[in-house]
Amino acid sequence: MSETTQGALQIKNLRKMFGTFCAVDDISLDIQKGEFLTLLGPSGSGKTTLLMMIAGFLDISAGDIALDGTSISNTPPEKRNFGMVFQGYALFPHMSVRDNIGYALSVRKTPKADINKRVDEMLDLVQLQDFADRKPGQLSGGQQQRVALARALCFAPPVLLLDEPLGALDKKLRVEVQEQLKDIHKRVGTTFIYVTHDQEEALSMSDRVVIMRDGAVEQVGTPKELYERPQSEFAASFLGKSNFLRTSDGTHALRPEKIDLAPTGTGKTTPRMSGTIRSVTYFGSMQRIMVDTQAAGELEVDIDSWRNPEPFVEGQAVDLMWEDHAVVRLERTES
Amino acid sequence: MNILWLSVSDPEPGLGNYANLFESEALPRIIWTTVRICIITTLLSVSLGYCLAYAMVHAYRKEQNMMLTFLLVSFWISILVRTFSWLMLLGRKGLVNEWLDAIGIISEPIAFMRNELGVLIGMVHYMVPYAVLPLLVNMQTLDQRVMSASRNLGATGAQTFFRIYLPMTKPGIVASVLLVFILSLGFYVTPAVLGGGKVLMVAEYISVQLLITLKWGIAAMLAALMLFGVLVMLWVMNRFMKLSTVFGGATS
Repeated sequence: MSETTQGALQIKNLRKMFGTFCAVDDISLDIQKGEFLTLLGPSGSGKTTLLMMIAGFLDISAGDIALDGTSISNTPPEKRNFGMVFQGYALFPHMSVRDNIGYALSVRKTPKADINKRVDEMLDLVQLQDFADRKPGQLSGGQQQRVALARALCFAPPVLLLDEPLGALDKKLRVEVQEQLKDIHKRVGTTFIYVTHDQEEALSMSDRVVIMRDGAVEQVGTPKELYERPQSEFAASFLGKSNFLRTSDGTHALRPEKIDLAPTGTGKTTPRMSGTIRSVTYFGSMQRIMVDTQAAGELEVDIDSWRNPEPFVEGQAVDLMWEDHAVVRLERTES
Repeated sequence: MNILWLSVSDPEPGLGNYANLFESEALPRIIWTTVRICIITTLLSVSLGYCLAYAMVHAYRKEQNMMLTFLLVSFWISILVRTFSWLMLLGRKGLVNEWLDAIGIISEPIAFMRNELGVLIGMVHYMVPYAVLPLLVNMQTLDQRVMSASRNLGATGAQTFFRIYLPMTKPGIVASVLLVFILSLGFYVTPAVLGGGKVLMVAEYISVQLLITLKWGIAAMLAALMLFGVLVMLWVMNRFMKLSTVFGGATS
Protein backbone atom coordinates (compact mmCIF):
# COMPACT_ATOMS: atom_id res chain seq x y z
CA MET A 1 0.00 0.00 0.00
CA SER A 2 1.49 3.27 -1.04
CA GLU A 3 -0.32 6.34 0.23
CA THR A 4 1.33 8.99 -1.92
CA THR A 5 2.84 9.17 -5.34
CA GLN A 6 5.45 11.69 -4.26
CA GLY A 7 8.48 11.28 -2.13
CA ALA A 8 11.69 11.50 -4.15
CA LEU A 9 13.98 14.05 -2.59
CA GLN A 10 16.95 15.69 -4.27
CA ILE A 11 19.53 17.46 -2.15
CA LYS A 12 22.06 19.49 -4.08
CA ASN A 13 25.27 21.02 -2.69
CA LEU A 14 23.54 21.83 0.56
CA ARG A 15 25.42 23.97 3.04
CA LYS A 16 24.60 25.43 6.44
CA MET A 17 26.73 28.03 8.17
CA PHE A 18 26.29 29.09 11.79
CA GLY A 19 28.40 32.23 11.82
CA THR A 20 31.75 31.00 10.56
CA PHE A 21 31.07 27.40 11.60
CA CYS A 22 30.08 25.10 8.78
CA ALA A 23 27.56 22.60 10.19
CA VAL A 24 26.62 21.03 6.86
CA ASP A 25 29.23 21.17 4.15
CA ASP A 26 28.26 20.70 0.51
CA ILE A 27 26.04 17.63 0.81
CA SER A 28 24.36 16.12 -2.22
CA LEU A 29 21.99 13.17 -1.95
CA ASP A 30 19.41 11.57 -4.19
CA ILE A 31 16.72 9.92 -2.13
CA GLN A 32 14.34 7.52 -3.87
CA LYS A 33 10.61 7.46 -3.30
CA GLY A 34 9.75 4.94 -0.60
CA GLU A 35 13.35 4.52 0.49
CA PHE A 36 14.40 4.03 4.11
CA LEU A 37 17.46 6.24 4.34
CA THR A 38 19.45 6.62 7.54
CA LEU A 39 21.72 9.52 8.39
CA LEU A 40 24.28 8.02 10.74
CA GLY A 41 26.99 9.90 12.56
CA PRO A 42 28.35 10.90 15.95
CA SER A 43 26.90 13.97 17.65
CA GLY A 44 28.07 17.14 15.94
CA SER A 45 28.31 15.44 12.55
CA GLY A 46 25.51 17.61 11.15
CA LYS A 47 22.89 14.90 10.71
CA THR A 48 20.20 16.65 12.75
CA THR A 49 21.03 19.99 11.11
CA LEU A 50 20.53 18.36 7.72
CA LEU A 51 17.19 16.92 8.85
CA MET A 52 16.03 20.28 10.20
CA MET A 53 16.88 21.87 6.86
CA ILE A 54 14.85 19.22 5.04
CA ALA A 55 11.94 19.87 7.47
CA GLY A 56 12.29 23.60 6.84
CA PHE A 57 13.09 24.66 10.41
CA LEU A 58 16.53 25.89 9.43
CA ASP A 59 17.31 28.18 6.51
CA ILE A 60 19.79 26.84 4.04
CA SER A 61 22.96 28.85 3.43
CA ALA A 62 23.60 27.49 -0.04
CA GLY A 63 22.38 24.73 -2.31
CA ASP A 64 18.89 23.41 -2.94
CA ILE A 65 16.35 20.85 -1.75
CA ALA A 66 13.77 19.59 -4.23
CA LEU A 67 10.79 17.27 -3.87
CA ASP A 68 10.09 15.34 -7.07
CA GLY A 69 12.01 17.93 -9.05
CA THR A 70 10.34 21.03 -7.54
CA SER A 71 12.49 23.19 -5.31
CA ILE A 72 11.15 23.52 -1.76
CA SER A 73 14.06 25.54 -0.38
CA ASN A 74 11.85 28.56 0.25
CA THR A 75 8.73 26.70 1.38
CA PRO A 76 7.94 27.22 5.09
CA PRO A 77 7.76 24.03 7.21
CA GLU A 78 3.95 24.11 7.54
CA LYS A 79 3.61 24.07 3.74
CA ARG A 80 6.08 21.25 3.07
CA ASN A 81 3.72 18.51 4.24
CA PHE A 82 6.54 16.41 5.63
CA GLY A 83 5.76 14.25 8.61
CA MET A 84 8.24 14.37 11.45
CA VAL A 85 8.86 12.36 14.58
CA PHE A 86 10.79 14.56 16.97
CA GLN A 87 13.40 13.61 19.50
CA GLY A 88 11.41 13.30 22.74
CA TYR A 89 8.25 12.99 20.57
CA ALA A 90 6.95 16.56 21.23
CA LEU A 91 3.38 15.36 21.69
CA PHE A 92 0.73 17.91 22.66
CA PRO A 93 0.40 17.25 26.41
CA HIS A 94 -3.06 18.81 26.79
CA MET A 95 -4.67 16.78 24.00
CA SER A 96 -5.88 13.20 23.92
CA VAL A 97 -4.11 10.62 21.76
CA ARG A 98 -6.96 10.92 19.23
CA ASP A 99 -6.64 14.71 19.01
CA ASN A 100 -2.86 14.48 18.76
CA ILE A 101 -3.07 12.12 15.82
CA GLY A 102 -5.87 14.07 14.12
CA TYR A 103 -4.20 17.46 14.60
CA ALA A 104 -2.71 17.71 11.11
CA LEU A 105 -6.11 17.05 9.53
CA SER A 106 -7.93 19.28 11.98
CA VAL A 107 -5.75 22.32 11.18
CA ARG A 108 -6.46 21.61 7.51
CA LYS A 109 -10.19 21.94 8.33
CA THR A 110 -10.97 18.36 7.30
CA PRO A 111 -14.58 17.32 8.15
CA LYS A 112 -14.83 15.73 11.58
CA ALA A 113 -16.13 12.37 10.31
CA ASP A 114 -13.20 12.02 7.90
CA ILE A 115 -10.73 12.84 10.66
CA ASN A 116 -12.23 10.22 12.96
CA LYS A 117 -12.11 7.58 10.23
CA ARG A 118 -8.50 8.33 9.40
CA VAL A 119 -7.44 8.49 13.07
CA ASP A 120 -9.01 5.06 13.62
CA GLU A 121 -6.93 3.73 10.72
CA MET A 122 -3.79 5.18 12.27
CA LEU A 123 -4.65 3.80 15.72
CA ASP A 124 -4.92 0.38 14.07
CA LEU A 125 -1.60 0.85 12.32
CA VAL A 126 0.24 1.55 15.56
CA GLN A 127 -2.00 -0.74 17.67
CA LEU A 128 -3.18 1.88 20.11
CA GLN A 129 -6.95 1.44 19.66
CA ASP A 130 -7.52 1.16 23.40
CA PHE A 131 -5.61 4.33 24.25
CA ALA A 132 -7.41 6.87 22.05
CA ASP A 133 -8.80 8.89 24.94
CA ARG A 134 -5.72 8.94 27.13
CA LYS A 135 -3.41 11.92 27.47
CA PRO A 136 0.23 11.48 26.37
CA GLY A 137 1.36 11.73 30.01
CA GLN A 138 -0.54 8.54 30.79
CA LEU A 139 1.33 6.48 28.19
CA SER A 140 4.62 4.60 28.35
CA GLY A 141 7.60 5.76 26.30
CA GLY A 142 7.02 3.14 23.62
CA GLN A 143 3.35 4.08 23.31
CA GLN A 144 4.20 7.79 23.09
CA GLN A 145 6.64 6.97 20.33
CA ARG A 146 3.85 5.22 18.40
CA VAL A 147 1.49 8.17 18.89
CA ALA A 148 4.18 10.47 17.49
CA LEU A 149 4.57 8.17 14.50
CA ALA A 150 0.81 7.97 13.89
CA ARG A 151 0.50 11.74 14.22
CA ALA A 152 3.23 12.28 11.66
CA LEU A 153 1.76 9.76 9.19
CA CYS A 154 -1.90 10.74 9.59
CA PHE A 155 -1.95 13.23 6.70
CA ALA A 156 -0.16 10.79 4.36
CA PRO A 157 3.00 12.86 3.91
CA PRO A 158 5.31 11.98 1.01
CA VAL A 159 8.31 12.05 3.34
CA LEU A 160 8.64 11.13 7.00
CA LEU A 161 11.56 12.56 8.97
CA LEU A 162 12.60 10.78 12.16
CA ASP A 163 15.01 12.43 14.59
CA GLU A 164 16.46 9.76 16.90
CA PRO A 165 12.96 8.45 17.61
CA LEU A 166 14.17 5.51 19.70
CA GLY A 167 16.71 7.43 21.76
CA ALA A 168 14.55 7.54 24.89
CA LEU A 169 13.61 3.86 24.90
CA ASP A 170 15.40 1.08 26.75
CA LYS A 171 17.40 -1.37 24.74
CA LYS A 172 14.97 -4.30 24.68
CA LEU A 173 12.04 -2.11 23.66
CA ARG A 174 14.18 -0.47 21.01
CA VAL A 175 14.68 -3.73 19.11
CA GLU A 176 10.94 -4.35 19.22
CA VAL A 177 10.11 -0.87 17.95
CA GLN A 178 12.70 -1.21 15.17
CA GLU A 179 10.72 -4.19 13.87
CA GLN A 180 7.44 -2.24 14.06
CA LEU A 181 8.97 0.75 12.29
CA LYS A 182 10.27 -1.41 9.46
CA ASP A 183 6.90 -3.07 9.15
CA ILE A 184 5.06 0.27 9.07
CA HIS A 185 7.51 1.61 6.50
CA LYS A 186 6.71 -1.32 4.26
CA ARG A 187 2.97 -0.82 4.67
CA VAL A 188 2.73 2.93 4.03
CA GLY A 189 5.42 3.21 1.35
CA THR A 190 6.46 6.65 2.55
CA THR A 191 10.04 7.83 2.15
CA PHE A 192 11.67 7.56 5.60
CA ILE A 193 14.66 9.73 6.50
CA TYR A 194 15.97 8.51 9.79
CA VAL A 195 18.60 10.17 11.96
CA THR A 196 20.50 8.13 14.51
CA HIS A 197 23.89 7.67 16.10
CA ASP A 198 23.17 4.01 16.76
CA GLN A 199 24.92 1.83 14.20
CA GLU A 200 22.79 -1.22 14.98
CA GLU A 201 19.60 0.70 14.17
CA ALA A 202 21.16 1.95 10.97
CA LEU A 203 22.28 -1.51 9.86
CA SER A 204 19.09 -3.36 10.70
CA MET A 205 16.47 -0.98 9.31
CA SER A 206 17.83 0.99 6.39
CA ASP A 207 17.80 0.50 2.64
CA ARG A 208 20.73 2.89 2.48
CA VAL A 209 22.91 4.53 5.11
CA VAL A 210 24.67 7.87 4.87
CA ILE A 211 27.63 8.01 7.23
CA MET A 212 28.23 11.63 8.19
CA ARG A 213 31.27 13.21 9.73
CA ASP A 214 32.01 16.87 10.49
CA GLY A 215 29.13 18.07 8.34
CA ALA A 216 30.11 16.10 5.27
CA VAL A 217 29.15 12.73 3.79
CA GLU A 218 31.78 10.13 4.57
CA GLN A 219 30.22 7.26 2.61
CA VAL A 220 26.82 6.25 1.24
CA GLY A 221 25.64 2.73 0.56
CA THR A 222 23.50 -0.22 1.60
CA PRO A 223 24.28 -1.52 5.09
CA LYS A 224 26.06 -4.50 3.55
CA GLU A 225 28.18 -2.37 1.20
CA LEU A 226 29.21 -0.12 4.05
CA TYR A 227 30.04 -2.96 6.38
CA GLU A 228 31.87 -5.11 3.85
CA ARG A 229 33.52 -2.34 1.80
CA PRO A 230 34.24 0.62 4.07
CA GLN A 231 36.22 3.30 2.27
CA SER A 232 37.80 4.98 5.26
CA GLU A 233 38.99 4.22 8.76
CA PHE A 234 36.13 6.36 10.09
CA ALA A 235 33.48 4.43 8.17
CA ALA A 236 35.01 1.10 9.16
CA SER A 237 35.20 1.92 12.85
CA PHE A 238 31.90 3.80 13.16
CA LEU A 239 29.85 1.07 11.51
CA GLY A 240 30.93 -1.99 13.45
CA LYS A 241 34.42 -2.55 14.81
CA SER A 242 37.59 -2.92 12.82
CA ASN A 243 41.30 -3.61 13.05
CA PHE A 244 43.58 -1.67 10.77
CA LEU A 245 46.64 -3.17 9.10
CA ARG A 246 49.09 -0.62 7.75
CA THR A 247 51.28 -1.88 4.91
CA SER A 248 53.34 -0.26 2.19
CA ASP A 249 50.34 -0.14 -0.20
CA GLY A 250 47.97 1.56 2.26
CA THR A 251 45.68 0.88 5.19
CA HIS A 252 43.48 -2.21 5.32
CA ALA A 253 40.42 -2.90 7.44
CA LEU A 254 39.95 -6.31 9.03
CA ARG A 255 36.75 -7.05 10.98
CA PRO A 256 37.35 -8.80 14.35
CA GLU A 257 34.91 -11.62 13.57
CA LYS A 258 36.76 -12.49 10.37
CA ILE A 259 39.92 -13.50 12.20
CA ASP A 260 40.32 -17.07 13.38
CA LEU A 261 42.47 -17.99 16.34
CA ALA A 262 44.29 -21.21 17.27
CA PRO A 263 47.02 -22.16 19.74
CA THR A 264 50.40 -21.85 17.97
CA GLY A 265 50.96 -24.60 15.42
CA THR A 266 47.46 -26.09 15.53
CA GLY A 267 45.70 -23.91 12.91
CA LYS A 268 44.04 -25.54 9.90
CA THR A 269 45.32 -22.90 7.47
CA THR A 270 48.63 -21.11 7.19
CA PRO A 271 48.93 -18.55 9.97
CA ARG A 272 49.07 -14.90 8.84
CA MET A 273 50.51 -13.64 12.10
CA SER A 274 51.30 -14.88 15.56
CA GLY A 275 50.94 -13.22 18.92
CA THR A 276 50.08 -13.57 22.58
CA ILE A 277 46.69 -13.06 24.19
CA ARG A 278 46.46 -9.96 26.31
CA SER A 279 42.86 -10.27 27.52
CA VAL A 280 39.70 -12.34 27.06
CA THR A 281 36.23 -10.90 27.61
CA TYR A 282 33.27 -13.26 27.63
CA PHE A 283 29.96 -12.05 26.13
CA GLY A 284 27.94 -15.28 26.11
CA SER A 285 27.53 -15.99 22.42
CA MET A 286 31.01 -14.72 21.63
CA GLN A 287 34.22 -13.74 23.31
CA ARG A 288 36.38 -10.73 22.53
CA ILE A 289 40.06 -11.51 22.60
CA MET A 290 42.79 -8.87 22.39
CA VAL A 291 45.99 -10.24 20.86
CA ASP A 292 49.40 -8.52 20.88
CA THR A 293 51.17 -9.14 17.59
CA GLN A 294 54.64 -8.24 16.38
CA ALA A 295 53.46 -7.32 12.92
CA ALA A 296 50.38 -5.15 13.59
CA GLY A 297 50.28 -4.27 17.26
CA GLU A 298 47.14 -5.06 19.21
CA LEU A 299 44.37 -6.79 17.24
CA GLU A 300 40.82 -7.46 18.33
CA VAL A 301 39.42 -10.91 17.57
CA ASP A 302 35.79 -11.96 18.06
CA ILE A 303 35.36 -15.72 18.37
CA ASP A 304 32.02 -17.52 18.59
CA SER A 305 32.04 -19.16 21.99
CA TRP A 306 30.75 -22.51 20.74
CA ARG A 307 33.69 -22.97 18.36
CA ASN A 308 36.24 -23.09 21.14
CA PRO A 309 35.30 -25.37 23.97
CA GLU A 310 38.92 -25.12 25.09
CA PRO A 311 38.98 -21.61 26.48
CA PHE A 312 41.71 -19.19 25.50
CA VAL A 313 43.66 -17.75 28.41
CA GLU A 314 45.72 -14.65 28.92
CA GLY A 315 49.38 -15.01 27.98
CA GLN A 316 48.72 -17.90 25.60
CA ALA A 317 50.68 -17.97 22.32
CA VAL A 318 48.34 -18.10 19.31
CA ASP A 319 48.28 -18.03 15.53
CA LEU A 320 45.96 -15.69 13.65
CA MET A 321 44.35 -16.73 10.37
CA TRP A 322 41.98 -15.12 7.90
CA GLU A 323 40.79 -15.42 4.31
CA ASP A 324 42.16 -13.14 1.59
CA HIS A 325 38.81 -11.43 1.04
CA ALA A 326 38.53 -10.55 4.72
CA VAL A 327 41.01 -7.74 4.28
CA VAL A 328 39.63 -4.59 2.67
CA ARG A 329 41.95 -1.96 1.35
CA LEU A 330 40.69 1.52 2.31
CA GLU A 331 40.40 4.00 -0.54
CA ARG A 332 40.97 6.94 1.74
CA THR A 333 43.52 7.07 4.50
CA GLU A 334 43.60 9.46 7.40
CA SER A 335 46.12 12.21 7.21
CA MET B 1 -7.28 33.64 65.03
CA ASN B 2 -7.15 36.83 66.98
CA ILE B 3 -8.77 38.62 64.09
CA LEU B 4 -11.54 36.05 63.83
CA TRP B 5 -12.20 36.43 67.55
CA LEU B 6 -12.14 40.19 67.32
CA SER B 7 -14.60 40.15 64.45
CA VAL B 8 -17.27 38.45 66.59
CA SER B 9 -16.52 40.09 69.95
CA ASP B 10 -15.94 43.80 69.40
CA PRO B 11 -17.75 46.05 70.26
CA GLU B 12 -20.17 43.41 71.62
CA PRO B 13 -20.30 39.61 71.20
CA GLY B 14 -22.31 38.24 68.30
CA LEU B 15 -22.42 38.45 64.53
CA GLY B 16 -23.29 42.15 64.59
CA ASN B 17 -20.24 43.07 62.56
CA TYR B 18 -21.16 40.62 59.82
CA ALA B 19 -24.76 41.82 59.81
CA ASN B 20 -23.32 45.22 58.97
CA LEU B 21 -22.42 43.81 55.57
CA PHE B 22 -26.07 43.73 54.64
CA GLU B 23 -27.40 46.58 56.71
CA SER B 24 -24.91 49.31 56.00
CA GLU B 25 -25.07 51.12 52.73
CA ALA B 26 -21.36 51.79 52.36
CA LEU B 27 -19.91 48.34 52.91
CA PRO B 28 -21.42 46.46 49.95
CA ARG B 29 -20.44 49.37 47.70
CA ILE B 30 -16.86 49.30 48.93
CA ILE B 31 -16.61 45.55 48.50
CA TRP B 32 -18.09 45.75 45.00
CA THR B 33 -15.66 48.55 44.07
CA THR B 34 -12.78 46.48 45.38
CA VAL B 35 -13.75 43.34 43.53
CA ARG B 36 -14.43 45.24 40.31
CA ILE B 37 -11.13 47.10 40.39
CA CYS B 38 -9.26 43.92 41.26
CA ILE B 39 -10.83 42.00 38.39
CA ILE B 40 -10.07 44.73 35.85
CA THR B 41 -6.55 45.13 37.22
CA THR B 42 -5.98 41.38 37.01
CA LEU B 43 -7.29 41.13 33.46
CA LEU B 44 -5.19 44.04 32.25
CA SER B 45 -2.04 43.07 34.16
CA VAL B 46 -2.11 39.44 33.09
CA SER B 47 -2.80 40.33 29.43
CA LEU B 48 0.01 42.86 29.40
CA GLY B 49 2.21 40.49 31.39
CA TYR B 50 1.52 37.70 28.91
CA CYS B 51 2.68 39.87 26.00
CA LEU B 52 5.78 40.92 27.93
CA ALA B 53 6.65 37.41 29.02
CA TYR B 54 6.14 36.14 25.46
CA ALA B 55 8.41 38.86 24.10
CA MET B 56 11.04 38.10 26.73
CA VAL B 57 11.07 34.36 26.12
CA HIS B 58 11.43 34.87 22.38
CA ALA B 59 14.04 37.64 22.56
CA TYR B 60 17.73 37.05 22.05
CA ARG B 61 19.72 36.15 25.14
CA LYS B 62 21.19 39.64 25.52
CA GLU B 63 17.88 41.49 25.20
CA GLN B 64 16.25 38.92 27.45
CA ASN B 65 18.72 39.63 30.26
CA MET B 66 18.23 43.36 29.84
CA MET B 67 14.45 43.02 30.01
CA LEU B 68 14.71 40.82 33.08
CA THR B 69 16.92 43.41 34.75
CA PHE B 70 14.37 46.16 34.09
CA LEU B 71 11.67 43.92 35.45
CA LEU B 72 13.58 43.21 38.65
CA VAL B 73 14.59 46.84 39.11
CA SER B 74 10.91 47.73 39.15
CA PHE B 75 10.51 45.44 42.16
CA TRP B 76 13.09 47.43 44.09
CA ILE B 77 11.37 50.78 43.67
CA SER B 78 9.04 51.46 46.57
CA ILE B 79 5.37 51.48 45.78
CA LEU B 80 5.13 54.92 47.34
CA VAL B 81 7.70 56.32 44.93
CA ARG B 82 5.96 54.74 41.97
CA THR B 83 2.54 55.96 43.01
CA PHE B 84 3.75 59.52 43.51
CA SER B 85 5.50 59.39 40.13
CA TRP B 86 2.11 58.73 38.60
CA LEU B 87 0.83 61.73 40.52
CA MET B 88 3.37 63.85 38.64
CA LEU B 89 2.42 62.34 35.33
CA LEU B 90 -1.34 62.16 35.58
CA GLY B 91 -2.34 65.33 37.43
CA ARG B 92 -4.38 68.11 35.82
CA LYS B 93 -1.12 69.91 35.22
CA GLY B 94 0.84 66.68 34.92
CA LEU B 95 3.18 65.74 32.13
CA VAL B 96 0.68 63.65 30.18
CA ASN B 97 -1.98 66.35 30.09
CA GLU B 98 0.60 69.02 29.24
CA TRP B 99 1.91 67.00 26.32
CA LEU B 100 -1.50 66.07 24.99
CA ASP B 101 -2.40 69.72 25.23
CA ALA B 102 0.84 70.77 23.52
CA ILE B 103 0.30 68.52 20.50
CA GLY B 104 -3.29 69.71 20.42
CA ILE B 105 -5.14 66.43 20.98
CA ILE B 106 -7.09 67.81 23.92
CA SER B 107 -8.13 71.27 25.02
CA GLU B 108 -9.37 70.38 28.48
CA PRO B 109 -7.17 68.26 30.78
CA ILE B 110 -8.34 64.67 31.14
CA ALA B 111 -9.13 63.58 34.66
CA PHE B 112 -6.68 60.73 35.07
CA MET B 113 -6.71 60.99 38.84
CA ARG B 114 -9.06 60.99 41.77
CA ASN B 115 -11.13 58.36 40.01
CA GLU B 116 -11.06 54.66 39.16
CA LEU B 117 -9.04 55.23 36.02
CA GLY B 118 -6.17 56.61 38.04
CA VAL B 119 -6.33 53.75 40.51
CA LEU B 120 -6.36 51.24 37.65
CA ILE B 121 -3.38 52.84 35.91
CA GLY B 122 -1.38 52.82 39.12
CA MET B 123 -2.34 49.29 40.09
CA VAL B 124 -1.80 47.74 36.66
CA HIS B 125 1.58 49.40 36.47
CA TYR B 126 2.51 47.97 39.83
CA MET B 127 1.13 44.51 39.12
CA VAL B 128 2.51 43.83 35.64
CA PRO B 129 5.94 42.62 36.88
CA TYR B 130 4.18 40.25 39.28
CA ALA B 131 2.05 38.97 36.43
CA VAL B 132 5.12 38.44 34.23
CA LEU B 133 7.12 36.23 36.59
CA PRO B 134 4.93 33.10 36.79
CA LEU B 135 4.21 33.36 33.07
CA LEU B 136 7.89 33.68 32.28
CA VAL B 137 8.79 30.62 34.32
CA ASN B 138 6.00 28.66 32.64
CA MET B 139 6.95 29.74 29.12
CA GLN B 140 10.62 29.04 29.66
CA THR B 141 9.92 25.43 30.58
CA LEU B 142 7.87 24.75 27.43
CA ASP B 143 9.43 22.35 24.96
CA GLN B 144 9.89 24.40 21.79
CA ARG B 145 9.83 21.20 19.76
CA VAL B 146 6.11 20.92 20.50
CA MET B 147 5.57 24.22 18.67
CA SER B 148 7.81 23.01 15.84
CA ALA B 149 5.74 19.83 15.69
CA SER B 150 2.58 21.87 15.30
CA ARG B 151 4.03 23.83 12.38
CA ASN B 152 5.40 20.67 10.85
CA LEU B 153 1.88 19.20 10.93
CA GLY B 154 0.68 22.14 8.86
CA ALA B 155 -0.63 24.58 11.49
CA THR B 156 -0.24 28.31 10.86
CA GLY B 157 1.34 30.56 13.47
CA ALA B 158 -2.07 31.62 14.81
CA GLN B 159 -3.33 28.02 14.97
CA THR B 160 -0.20 26.98 16.82
CA PHE B 161 -0.60 29.83 19.30
CA PHE B 162 -4.27 29.32 20.11
CA ARG B 163 -4.41 25.54 20.00
CA ILE B 164 -1.01 24.64 21.45
CA TYR B 165 0.83 27.55 23.06
CA LEU B 166 -2.05 29.15 24.95
CA PRO B 167 -3.37 25.89 26.46
CA MET B 168 0.15 24.90 27.46
CA THR B 169 0.67 28.19 29.30
CA LYS B 170 -2.60 27.79 31.22
CA PRO B 171 -0.85 26.89 34.50
CA GLY B 172 1.19 30.09 34.17
CA ILE B 173 -1.92 32.14 33.46
CA VAL B 174 -3.77 30.73 36.46
CA ALA B 175 -0.78 31.31 38.75
CA SER B 176 -0.43 34.83 37.43
CA VAL B 177 -4.14 35.59 37.87
CA LEU B 178 -4.15 34.27 41.43
CA LEU B 179 -1.05 36.21 42.39
CA VAL B 180 -2.20 39.50 40.93
CA PHE B 181 -5.76 39.21 42.19
CA ILE B 182 -4.77 38.37 45.74
CA LEU B 183 -2.16 41.12 45.84
CA SER B 184 -4.67 43.59 44.38
CA LEU B 185 -7.22 42.82 47.09
CA GLY B 186 -4.84 44.09 49.72
CA PHE B 187 -3.83 47.18 47.81
CA TYR B 188 -3.72 50.26 49.97
CA VAL B 189 -1.30 52.99 48.94
CA THR B 190 -2.20 53.36 45.29
CA PRO B 191 -5.98 53.64 45.69
CA ALA B 192 -5.46 56.08 48.55
CA VAL B 193 -3.16 58.36 46.58
CA LEU B 194 -4.41 58.07 43.00
CA GLY B 195 -8.06 57.62 44.03
CA GLY B 196 -7.81 60.74 46.10
CA GLY B 197 -10.22 59.38 48.71
CA LYS B 198 -12.95 59.04 46.12
CA VAL B 199 -12.28 55.39 45.31
CA LEU B 200 -12.55 53.55 48.56
CA MET B 201 -11.29 49.97 48.58
CA VAL B 202 -11.52 47.41 51.34
CA ALA B 203 -7.89 47.59 52.43
CA GLU B 204 -8.05 51.35 52.82
CA TYR B 205 -11.39 51.12 54.58
CA ILE B 206 -9.92 48.62 57.06
CA SER B 207 -7.10 50.99 57.87
CA VAL B 208 -9.53 53.84 58.37
CA GLN B 209 -11.57 51.72 60.78
CA LEU B 210 -8.44 50.67 62.61
CA LEU B 211 -6.64 53.97 62.88
CA ILE B 212 -9.27 56.70 62.75
CA THR B 213 -12.69 55.50 63.80
CA LEU B 214 -11.23 52.73 65.97
CA LYS B 215 -14.00 50.29 65.03
CA TRP B 216 -11.74 47.26 65.31
CA GLY B 217 -14.61 44.84 65.07
CA ILE B 218 -15.57 46.04 61.60
CA ALA B 219 -11.94 46.03 60.50
CA ALA B 220 -11.42 42.51 61.77
CA MET B 221 -14.62 41.36 60.07
CA LEU B 222 -13.51 42.76 56.71
CA ALA B 223 -10.05 41.26 57.09
CA ALA B 224 -11.58 37.88 57.90
CA LEU B 225 -13.88 38.24 54.91
CA MET B 226 -10.95 38.88 52.58
CA LEU B 227 -9.08 35.94 53.99
CA PHE B 228 -12.05 33.68 53.37
CA GLY B 229 -12.54 35.15 49.93
CA VAL B 230 -8.98 34.24 48.97
CA LEU B 231 -9.30 30.75 50.43
CA VAL B 232 -12.56 30.13 48.57
CA MET B 233 -10.92 31.31 45.36
CA LEU B 234 -7.99 28.92 45.82
CA TRP B 235 -10.42 26.10 46.54
CA VAL B 236 -12.44 26.81 43.40
CA MET B 237 -9.29 27.00 41.29
CA ASN B 238 -8.14 23.75 42.80
CA ARG B 239 -11.35 22.10 41.66
CA PHE B 240 -10.79 23.19 38.08
CA MET B 241 -7.16 22.25 37.92
CA LYS B 242 -4.60 20.80 40.20
CA LEU B 243 -2.91 23.70 41.99
CA SER B 244 0.21 21.60 42.34
CA THR B 245 0.79 22.07 38.61
CA VAL B 246 0.38 25.83 39.05
CA PHE B 247 2.93 25.97 41.80
CA GLY B 248 5.54 24.06 39.86
CA GLY B 249 4.57 20.46 40.48
CA ALA B 250 5.00 17.84 37.81
CA THR B 251 2.69 18.05 34.82
CA SER B 252 1.60 14.80 33.39
